[in-house]
Amino acid sequence: MFRKILIANRGEIACRVIATARRLGISTVAVFSDADAAALHVALADDSRHIGGAQPADSYLRADRIIQAALATGAEAIHPGYGFLSENPDFVDQVTAAGLTFIGPSADAIRAMGLKDAAKALMEKAGVPVVPGYHGEDQEPDHLAVMAAEIGYPVLIKAVAGGGGKGMRRVDRAADFADALASARAEARTAFGNDAVLIEKYIDQPRHIEIQIFGDGTDAVHLHERDCSLQRRHQKVIEEAPAPGMTPEMRAAMGEAAVRAARAIGYRGAGTCEFIVDGSDGLRPDRFWFMEMNTRLQVEHPVTEAVTGIDLVEWQLRIASGEPLPLTQAQIPLIGHAFEARLYAEDVPAGFLPATGRLDHLRFADGIRADTGVRSGDRISPWYDPMIAKIVAHGPSRAAALNRLARALEDTEVAGTVTNLAFLSRLARHPGFAAGRVDTGLIARDIASLTDPAPVTPAITAAALLTAELGTAAAPLQGFTLWSPLRRHARLRLGADEIAAAITLDGPGRARVELAGATLSARLKPEGWEVEGTHPGRVLCLPDAVHVFARSGTVRFTIPDPFDRGTDDGATGGLTLSPMPGLVREVAVRPGERVEKGDRLAVIEAMKMEHVLTAARDGTVAEVLVEPGAQVEAGAALVRLEETDG
Amino acid sequence: MKLASRVLPSSESFRRNREAHLALIADIARAADLAAAGGGPAAQARHAARGKLPPRERVAGLLDPGSPFLEIGAFAAHGMYDGAAPAAGVIAGIGRVHGAEVMVVCNDATVKGGTYYPMTVKKHLRAQEIAAECRLPCVYLVDSGGANLPNQDEVFPDRDHFGRIFFNQARMSAAGIPQIAVVMGSCTAGGAYVPAMSDVTIIVRDQGTIFLAGPPLVRAATGEVVSAEDLGGGDVHTRLSGVADYLAEDDAHALILARRALGNLNRTRPATVQWQSPEDPAHDPEDILGLVPADLRTPWDIRELIARITDGSRFDEFKPRFGETLVTGFAHLMGCPVGIVANNGVLFSEAAIKGAHFIELCSQRAIPLIFLQNITGFMVGRKYENEGIARHGAKMVTAVATTAVPKITMLVGGSFGAGNYGMAGRAYSPRFLWTWPNSRISVMGGEQAAGVLATVRGDALARAGTPWTPEDEAAFKRPTIEMFDRQSHPLYASARLWDDGIVDPRKTRETLALSLSAALNAPIEPTRFGLFRM
Repeated sequence: MFRKILIANRGEIACRVIATARRLGISTVAVFSDADAAALHVALADDSRHIGGAQPADSYLRADRIIQAALATGAEAIHPGYGFLSENPDFVDQVTAAGLTFIGPSADAIRAMGLKDAAKALMEKAGVPVVPGYHGEDQEPDHLAVMAAEIGYPVLIKAVAGGGGKGMRRVDRAADFADALASARAEARTAFGNDAVLIEKYIDQPRHIEIQIFGDGTDAVHLHERDCSLQRRHQKVIEEAPAPGMTPEMRAAMGEAAVRAARAIGYRGAGTCEFIVDGSDGLRPDRFWFMEMNTRLQVEHPVTEAVTGIDLVEWQLRIASGEPLPLTQAQIPLIGHAFEARLYAEDVPAGFLPATGRLDHLRFADGIRADTGVRSGDRISPWYDPMIAKIVAHGPSRAAALNRLARALEDTEVAGTVTNLAFLSRLARHPGFAAGRVDTGLIARDIASLTDPAPVTPAITAAALLTAELGTAAAPLQGFTLWSPLRRHARLRLGADEIAAAITLDGPGRARVELAGATLSARLKPEGWEVEGTHPGRVLCLPDAVHVFARSGTVRFTIPDPFDRGTDDGATGGLTLSPMPGLVREVAVRPGERVEKGDRLAVIEAMKMEHVLTAARDGTVAEVLVEPGAQVEAGAALVRLEETDG
Repeated sequence: MKLASRVLPSSESFRRNREAHLALIADIARAADLAAAGGGPAAQARHAARGKLPPRERVAGLLDPGSPFLEIGAFAAHGMYDGAAPAAGVIAGIGRVHGAEVMVVCNDATVKGGTYYPMTVKKHLRAQEIAAECRLPCVYLVDSGGANLPNQDEVFPDRDHFGRIFFNQARMSAAGIPQIAVVMGSCTAGGAYVPAMSDVTIIVRDQGTIFLAGPPLVRAATGEVVSAEDLGGGDVHTRLSGVADYLAEDDAHALILARRALGNLNRTRPATVQWQSPEDPAHDPEDILGLVPADLRTPWDIRELIARITDGSRFDEFKPRFGETLVTGFAHLMGCPVGIVANNGVLFSEAAIKGAHFIELCSQRAIPLIFLQNITGFMVGRKYENEGIARHGAKMVTAVATTAVPKITMLVGGSFGAGNYGMAGRAYSPRFLWTWPNSRISVMGGEQAAGVLATVRGDALARAGTPWTPEDEAAFKRPTIEMFDRQSHPLYASARLWDDGIVDPRKTRETLALSLSAALNAPIEPTRFGLFRM
């Protein structure tokens, strides 16, 4: 076994690898870019090396510097994580050439799987089913029709240069093929200037199921499947294992195919065979097709760990250090059910745009596995993937695991950046998903209800107001009055809306909140303010914002700056006066000119100093009352602005 | 030692006492509502229509959210001036800003334009007196038309009249006690000196005005026609005259600016007493209503009250076997060490000597004193006069009068005669004096006073040989009894600011704690006692 390894990655996966290495007694070396000098993975590692600028191309993709760091620190092997250099065969060659071990497959295996078409051909040869389709040069309509018939209807005609559904046609019968082809081509020509098409088998309810495999160079096993069908625009959102509706026969067939693929290339290390499955008629052993093989650890590997009890990183390390596969196929367990949800800093209403910001607060549910590379106070930088964490829930059954996931998501607290947390929570409570009706189109179909903004109930607002004003500790004299209680105004902002309320304390921890015409009664309980008998959620107060972590989603209120009242001293009149006797050096404006507050109007020279007179408010110059060179008295009018409407 | 309680909450007397107290509390609560309503709905609506916050909400907006507010003189002018001046048209009290105690004095413009009645002046001066004694920064939320002209003879000329307000401001400022004014309405004539005499002044644009003479008087005097805003508005005073320092956009903004000004005082509390962690009493303060007899003439054990106000109900009773009608001892009240002097019957010579001794002890140790007053007076009769009870009483009065430790007095029953003096009545300048709804205060009991007058009258009639029937005597006594009844009522007393306010007995502990906390903003000076007649 290695004594010291370098992790050529960052974020949660670097932290994840460090955790296993530490458990196995292996020292770790982290590498980091300028942006990550204070990152968690650097703090967790035993040693660390700076490898360049924030741009991945300047750091995490710099094979030379990474290998240099490994050599300098005495690391024996390099774990690539996922992404970055993990599937770069040239990097593997360089690592090997430097006398180090690459924790992963051989460069040849990576090359073999790197070219999708070649990989498919290789798989076909190994007897692994691949998606039937035609990607040929011959674009003669008759030839294409023959190919379509061979693939079997329904088929999909796709523009080679396509995207966004343009030039795409579903064809159910041979009789419709010619017309559909013509219109698809016309559309493709207009949209892309290229009317070449390809034909694929149309899969009605496609599901994405992948098989985790491990090889030791001679033998290979699979660690069952993961279902990654819950996707949004080809991005995996929630993954699970086992796949809903999976039968032992289907699992055996898929597992066998994946192991065959691994053996075909003498695979060593962790890999994943991705299959597309037609789920329109249940899972059937004749309806899955190879798509591609990923020659690295997957993001979603924790669900496999949860249902097998196997630490996949440990296996990677053991195999890379020369050990054989630790278990035989028959020894690999499958226990219960697991889910993983990917928590991202994303602006969901803005179309899931990546978000950045400082994580003012980050807290995961108690007892849940959360793989993360960030802590409270860290920044989500624009340089890298904005993933905050992977929340992994395991349970004895699918329903139990899903319930646990939903609850864990509802109990997750993030402040400082927008996230997809509410979206994930709703997805975890989606009835169709709960029923196991998963396919890659589910999210797109129900996107509206999944991304509705979280409802802001009066109780949520009241709890935010109370916590912001009073905190959550009831001093014995809080709100004490001899007789009549005092009513105090309180303000918060929700987006652009101003929320005005009045709070009256009837004693320590007892309050009434007048809000939007209603009066709500509130009590302070150990877990926070309870409004009208319900606890709307934990409340977090930051200097400028209040977050309510409600079950239905996080509501962020901002605290208006009470001093920000735009007091405009001296802006009431339109006249600019000379502050002292002096010489007009310069007049900077002409009548009719628009000026903004602070713009230079004139310069007076007096007492050996130049005094620049600026506009006290925005406006239009009505009159210039002096000429340059004039001698003026104190208080002399220099420039007049037009009266404002206000 | 933790005090035991012999109170039986299930007893019939407990239930009857409680009902009687609740009825008295309800009367006071109604009076408090009346005071808090200020000039009534119509005046409040006019006030709000000008964009102004109601006065009590101004106070709340100045203080920290959740701050306690120890209101002073809430019942001032109750039943006076034909009810025209609820709370005497001014709100006063101690609250916290940035965690530090301040005295707030807030005019209520809904009450006769916030003009100063005689009781308004007295209340304002009382608030300033407390601030001066406790060294509390003063914030004046000004919105007043100045002296109430129909009452000018009782408002303007004397020493403790209107001018004293500005005298106090100057003296407090000289003593390093910050004076901050927020001009949220008129400050006319003499009133103009409140902001002008302050260390820092904030004024609300298009709402606050400061001038020695308003536009009508200017026109009458000089013929000059000028608007209030141009004469002395916020813009004028912050830009041209320099009478005010900060211009606020509205009430809320002005209060925020005042809070900021208070944040820049750089003050620290002096080290005074050794605070402990506060602890709730072991016995429920709610029991007070049931354990205190509804009838003042029924004796009760004052220790039952002490057990419901001190931390952990603990009380180190001093000299328990001597002069038993005065209970003295050490305790902590919300963490603050206190010496408690409490009546448990009429004062005898021994009790007075013990009281003087205990006050000496607390003065020596700089421990604040709490007086729980329920006293019919010193014992009378030949035996007592001959043994020199006046001499012994004088010792206690001397000790009370000259001790330098803060004294806080709570009237929990009767306050009659010289007992009032020995137990730190108003004339003995306790830092605060509070009273319960069931309390009575007068030079002697109504019956006794009527009896004295009837005896004198009966003797005179007997000398003249004029017959005087018992019916005649009863009729003679009735007006005196009725007058004493009326004038000894806590609302009558509190209306005239003989005390700082009426307290729900269940809030005794909190009220005392807040009073102590306020008082301990000032250092405790060493005591120099007067001569004790031996």
